[in-house]
Amino acid sequence: MVELRLYLAQRISAAIMAPLVLVHLGLMIYAIQGGLSAEEILARTRGSLLWGSFYGLFVLAVATHAAIGLRNILSEWLQLRGPLLSLICWLFGLGLWALGWRAVAAVVGTQ
Amino acid sequence: MKAHRRQPLYLAFLLHRLSGLGLALFLPLHFYVLGTALAGADAFDAALAWTQGPLIKIVEFGLVFLLAVHFFGGLRLLALENLPWSNHHKNYAALAVAVAFFVACGFLLRAV
Amino acid sequence: MQNSAPIRVKVWRGDAAGGAFAAFDVPQQPAQTVLDVVTWIQRHAEASLSYRFACRVGMCGSCAMMVNGVPRWTCRTHVNKVMQDNRLTIEPLRNLPIIKDLVCDMSQFFEKWKRAEGHFSGQGSRDQAVAAISPSEPARRAANAAIECINCAICYAACDVVAWNPDYLGPAALNRAWSLQNDSRDRRHDARLQAVSSDGGCLSCHSQQGCATYCPNELNPTASIAGLKKMATGSFIGKKYRQRHG
Repeated sequence: MVELRLYLAQRISAAIMAPLVLVHLGLMIYAIQGGLSAEEILARTRGSLLWGSFYGLFVLAVATHAAIGLRNILSEWLQLRGPLLSLICWLFGLGLWALGWRAVAAVVGTQ
Repeated sequence: MKAHRRQPLYLAFLLHRLSGLGLALFLPLHFYVLGTALAGADAFDAALAWTQGPLIKIVEFGLVFLLAVHFFGGLRLLALENLPWSNHHKNYAALAVAVAFFVACGFLLRAV
Repeated sequence: MQNSAPIRVKVWRGDAAGGAFAAFDVPQQPAQTVLDVVTWIQRHAEASLSYRFACRVGMCGSCAMMVNGVPRWTCRTHVNKVMQDNRLTIEPLRNLPIIKDLVCDMSQFFEKWKRAEGHFSGQGSRDQAVAAISPSEPARRAANAAIECINCAICYAACDVVAWNPDYLGPAALNRAWSLQNDSRDRRHDARLQAVSSDGGCLSCHSQQGCATYCPNELNPTASIAGLKKMATGSFIGKKYRQRHG
């Protein structure tokens, strides 16, 4: 029942991200005024357990969600199947996760 | 576009898939830019300097639209798959696009 | 907006190995349907043209073809409603192998119907009373809303997931499975739910509603499939919960 597990993982990660996206959109619209500066962003995120957890969870959910979405696209539009399809999607998902948590560490970690 | 696909909910599907793909391809770049902060605030500022120009503001408007439309469209799909059936999905899909555009415009107006 | 100019009709001709469009000029007639056009061509212009029809009054679904790129019952499609610039393009149904000209091979459609357990399995006999099911019960209403399918394969031809995923059971088979899942007399609910929620099952639907757009009986397989999705995920989560909590 691989398909059912992938289906549920994608819907559940979507549901988890719903409030996160809302906050992120709101934050972007708030923060963009007057331009973006490292100082403004880091002042909010440096040493923040709240933003660290928020974006840490966001990255995990989006890596799962995007990898499964990509799987659908590759199999339906490029007719990829089997181990190659799984390999590409796992690499993409793990890559997003790694890059994403690196980004979180970059803006939350204190120096 | 093939004739049988020229109906609103196919377009909604296409928009949802393409917005998701666009966001998925954008994210590595987004994470990379944020990751420059590992080298310090100055390095981060240097990376952010690339996002100043008017053309980039339009691209950012597009990205906010993609996220918003994927989000609202996604809510519609979660409702379709988990709540009792509604015959109004064409309306909900149109509403999702409208609200997403409104949100993206809100971003653009504050960005300029 | 009728004029007396002939209709320029392109008809696909060929077989599984390939083919091409053949062009015909067909005289216009009052209240003419696309099936009338195909029939005229076979009788007056090209006797070797192969096509299917039976009732010619919109009850059997045999005459389904692609008309200007859209799947329709040709007997119920008036020429003056779909003609563009006095032109018509007629092809066999999409997503099905072609036997000859406008005739497609419906085997895979029916194979998937069977794979989805699209048949009733009861355990009653003539010695028992007739099952007392009120037509207004929610499950019976759900079954009735989906039950008028005549297997014409228009939804199958319209569906892009069918085109992109050879394993996908398709809207008609899943719609029938849903009507049976809502039949309280049926005894194979668990097996059927398994059949429709594995690979190529209801979870593959992307809710494009092409099926609902083109179904001549105004059924909505997407709605049925959404119901199956709820049943499948509910059952899976319920099983996991019971496993954990005994």
